[in-house]
Amino acid sequence: MINLTVNEQPVTVPEGTTILQAVRAAGVELPTLCFHEGLAPYGACRLCMVSIAAPRHALVASCAYPVEEGLAVETNSPEAVSARRLALEFLLSRCPQSEVIQEMAAQEGVTASRFGTPPPERAEELCVLCGLCVRVCREAIGAAAIGFIGRGMERRVGTPFDIQAATCIGCGACAEICPTKAIKIEDRGNKRILHTWHTTVELHKCPQCGKLFAPEPMAFLGEMFPEIEEQWALCPECRRARTAQQWVEQRFTSPA
Amino acid sequence: MKVCSRSDLETLRAKGLSTLYPSRLKVSVGMATCGLATGAAAVYDTLRDEALQRELDLMLVATGCLGYCQQEPLVEVRMPGRDRVLYARMTADRARELIAALAEGNLPTEGALAIIPEEKEPPAGSKPAGGLPRLNELPFYARQRKIILRNCGLIDPTSIEEYIAQGGYEAMAHALLDLTPEQVIDEVLRAGLRGRGGAGFPTGRKWQVCHDAPGQPKYVICNGDEGDPGAYMDRTVLESDPHSVIEGLTIAGYAIGAHEGYIYVRDEYPLAVERVTQAVARAQELGLLGENILESGFDFNITIVRGAGAFVCGEETALISSIEGGLGEPRPKPPFPAISGLWGKPTVINNVKTLATVPVIINRGAGWYAAIGTENNAGTVVFSLVGRVANTGLVEVPLGLTLREMIEGIGGGGLNGKAVKAVQTGGPSGGCLPARLFDLPISYETLTQAGSIMGSGGMVVMDENTCMVDVARYFIGFTMAESCGKCTPCREGTHYMYEILTRIVEGKGTPEDLDLLEEVARWVKMASLCGLGQTAPNPVLSTLRYFHDEYEAHVEEKRCPAGVCRALIRLAIVPDLCNGCGLCRRECPAGAISGEKKKPHTINPELCTRCRICYDVCPVGAIEIVR
Repeated sequence: MINLTVNEQPVTVPEGTTILQAVRAAGVELPTLCFHEGLAPYGACRLCMVSIAAPRHALVASCAYPVEEGLAVETNSPEAVSARRLALEFLLSRCPQSEVIQEMAAQEGVTASRFGTPPPERAEELCVLCGLCVRVCREAIGAAAIGFIGRGMERRVGTPFDIQAATCIGCGACAEICPTKAIKIEDRGNKRILHTWHTTVELHKCPQCGKLFAPEPMAFLGEMFPEIEEQWALCPECRRARTAQQWVEQRFTSPA
Repeated sequence: MKVCSRSDLETLRAKGLSTLYPSRLKVSVGMATCGLATGAAAVYDTLRDEALQRELDLMLVATGCLGYCQQEPLVEVRMPGRDRVLYARMTADRARELIAALAEGNLPTEGALAIIPEEKEPPAGSKPAGGLPRLNELPFYARQRKIILRNCGLIDPTSIEEYIAQGGYEAMAHALLDLTPEQVIDEVLRAGLRGRGGAGFPTGRKWQVCHDAPGQPKYVICNGDEGDPGAYMDRTVLESDPHSVIEGLTIAGYAIGAHEGYIYVRDEYPLAVERVTQAVARAQELGLLGENILESGFDFNITIVRGAGAFVCGEETALISSIEGGLGEPRPKPPFPAISGLWGKPTVINNVKTLATVPVIINRGAGWYAAIGTENNAGTVVFSLVGRVANTGLVEVPLGLTLREMIEGIGGGGLNGKAVKAVQTGGPSGGCLPARLFDLPISYETLTQAGSIMGSGGMVVMDENTCMVDVARYFIGFTMAESCGKCTPCREGTHYMYEILTRIVEGKGTPEDLDLLEEVARWVKMASLCGLGQTAPNPVLSTLRYFHDEYEAHVEEKRCPAGVCRALIRLAIVPDLCNGCGLCRRECPAGAISGEKKKPHTINPELCTRCRICYDVCPVGAIEIVR
């Protein structure tokens, strides 16, 4: 276990914990956009910056910094507060229409941005480039259907060549995880339309319950779990129920 | 042939010596990129054709860069029994004359720059023939000490034998056959070598961490993704002495326990890619790379990776991602690559110049190296001295030399005798230091304290004709374009700083803009994810600090003191000076100048775009920049 302090309050956490986790364990709030507990640390939005006073003085992104013995974390140092505010002020200037950003900024006392408004073609911008959609698609789903295009202010998320993503399975995890609701998905008839990705996938009818669901499981999942291959035709709920039932049966039929 | 022992190396050394110092006439042409850019290829072809025609027995060699770029193309003539003469600014016509003279056994002094001394220490008081100075007596070379560039321009970079003749691969043999990896690390540690990529982290310590880190396999990478505007040290080393890097990389691999090395070269350096590829192949052919090198039991191979054109790939984590086939984007540290790098394995990344230094340290010992430079700043650094300075080129000096000795001594002062106003060190993310700080000794710490960085070694000299606001805007424009856009401060902040600076140079800035600029610059420096963003504001912060008066003139008086910012200047013809030659009228692309022959001309300010072509072409200096 590692001992550290968060705003002078002692905290003990397991090795390998990040400062952000330790801060939250201490009951202290920190805003984040690019952090998700299910994905690898990314350190891009720079909202979770904190000061560390010992063993050395630095301003660090808490989501990506592993705890060290004796670390003294300060979440409200002048540098940390100013770094957070400026990041939010710039994001507000980038996405003035985003209610999520407006609320987060207001929480930190930022209600207006001194840094202007986006050009007309990006007036409706909601994407803060946190990369959660890109990472969930690659790290958790394994599809890597979307990625970053361009660099600097030209950076954006899209599919290869901005056409129908060949590897998209239409799971919708990207839209689900997006903190600013920037990804537009719509189910229309037996189609799921991922407007933001110029992609349409066909929904399947669950042979068990008859509900439409999305969609083709990836081939490799079938290969990975051949024992439940036939279940990939079922909708997620029916599959979950079937799997649970199988486990229960195994448990009570096989000797312990 | 396979090199299996030290005596095999001796055989190759003898062969190298026979071409380095042949018993017949030898002419070498500096044909690194800088030489080629000034026409060295035509010079080479002329020398070859003329010699053939005159049936002159001549050994013609293409070497690398001697560093004195301003004097390129450089041609060296070595006539047995005579001094080695270096000719500057060679042209095809002069090459023809040179061959004619050589065919008659003459060694002309016309156009000769210096004598290249063959012995290390020429006898005291001796003077070379023809009254020519020795190379190391020229102001440009006098304060230099060549360790990294030791062979550049002196050997044929495609000849491994010549590298070996200069003592090459001796350090590798010594390390592999006589030393343990721990002893190698200790030597580098005690030498005090620090990373020459710019950050200055102690090389030995990096190796130690990687050596001790759990996990196999380990990797070692040479970072040759040099991308600073105006900097070309790494390119020169890779082009002119590729084996020094290969040898250094192999020693690094041995020290940390890696059997695979990578050389990541910027793809915009085609000649460097070609030379290093050829050198690796040759070393493999001779068994100096591969399995069981010199029968030491140590295996080491090198793969060359061509960088895909992103400046940020010079950042080590972005470089690793690029080798892995991912986007060239940095990731947060820790974990540092020495713990978790390429493919998640312990990895050492060293700069080209750092690795080129390693063999010398192993050969001559830590004590010898540590005695060069100053305490905590041992050894030499290479700068590319460019900009408004009399002598431009690649310069290698011991750390601790002052900026003044560098700019006024080696550089010969401002271009055309103008006073130097500032110097920018460390590439696009370095700071601009004013002339009053020129007595600062060059070291990692002094430059950082003064608001600049050592960086990879760019040194851009500026004079009264340089507008510091314009300079800050230029460099921020560069980092803005090269920011990968991953983290908020670097992406949004560099863009916004560029917007403010554009407002200021267009005369639309306000005094409040200066405060806002400084606030954003400090945030980008403090909060960015990687070194690119953390150093990008340096040109802005340092010019705000040292040249605040220029910013004030722009925002308060709408005046550009240097006469650079187009929106803030006006061009006018001084009637008393104008002789009506009409040159400006003919050259003006906007058709803004009118006047009768032999009578003073005038500029129509409505049409004038302030491109300053008239200012540059006027033979009598009659064009005035009204600030």
